[in-house]
Amino acid sequence: MINKEFFFKGFKSILAPDSPALALGCCFIAIGALLKNLGFNIQESVFSTMLTYALPGSLVMAESLLVGASLLNIFLAVWFVNARLYPMAVSLFPLMMHKSQPKWKYYFSCHFIAVSAWLIMKSNYKDVEKKHRIDFWIGIGCATWTTAIIGTFIGFYASDYLDKNVMIGLAILNPIYFLCMMVGAMKTIQITASVILGLVLGPIFYFLSPEWSILLGGLVGGTVAYFIGELNVN
Amino acid sequence: MSTSVVLAILVTSLATFSSRLLGVISSKGIKETSKLFRWFNCLAYSTLAALIARTIIFPVGVLSDASYLSRLIVVLFCLFIFFISKRNFVYPTVISAIMMAILNSYL
Repeated sequence: MINKEFFFKGFKSILAPDSPALALGCCFIAIGALLKNLGFNIQESVFSTMLTYALPGSLVMAESLLVGASLLNIFLAVWFVNARLYPMAVSLFPLMMHKSQPKWKYYFSCHFIAVSAWLIMKSNYKDVEKKHRIDFWIGIGCATWTTAIIGTFIGFYASDYLDKNVMIGLAILNPIYFLCMMVGAMKTIQITASVILGLVLGPIFYFLSPEWSILLGGLVGGTVAYFIGELNVN
Repeated sequence: MSTSVVLAILVTSLATFSSRLLGVISSKGIKETSKLFRWFNCLAYSTLAALIARTIIFPVGVLSDASYLSRLIVVLFCLFIFFISKRNFVYPTVISAIMMAILNSYL
């Protein structure tokens, strides 16, 4: 079963002064308000955040529904935007894999992979013994997931009181927070090059293909950064 | 709940969960000290950076109604705050929302 000590240690990590809870909650307030404006009811809005728990994917789904896209189009559009979760999972789960832990924990907890939880785990995993990292991760994931659900709930009911300027202010919170976290993570040549190249190449590839821009920017930027780091080490 | 919205949510969650699950399945056998792990680490950081840049420069949703100039000013000012506050995440985040709401009223 889940080790309660490490679960709550992870859960409490969102209460840290530099935690992403505030930014995450505010962004999901914006999502809740947006979904209400699109005609979702409260159950659908909360259900969407619970099952998807990926902000860009929820935005793409909402926009696609607005223009009457088919389910296949929605699937492909969301898959393209959220394919970033694949390298995020591969760069995180080997840090938590331990033979004494049951496999269901890994399959269950992969739902929590999102930028906020991923960055918290990447910053803190060294402080936790490898055997217990999965329980710590589940704690972080439950905390950020709960924050997102509460944010959606608040946003849905507060939408009547939020004007357009406030909504725009809430929408910029998350990218700014993540940008600062990424800049803060630039401690090695490989990660520094990865972040800078991703920031530059993502928008450039957008002109070639909006759907593929994130994946292409990440693939090309990450690969070049990897070789820069390897050459530097050698 | 209307059927189409529920189906759209289910399709969205399936598209999202598939990437997560494939990532976990692929993680088996990858050692954290291997070159493959380091490469995926670079891919993850670079992909996230590309996503952030795209969210700010080519946004979807309400943020697309804000001008390029206001977004640029907010990003540069918040990075400045981030560095002068000894890399504190909270100050630039809170300031970004207030500044964006104010700038959007005037720009």
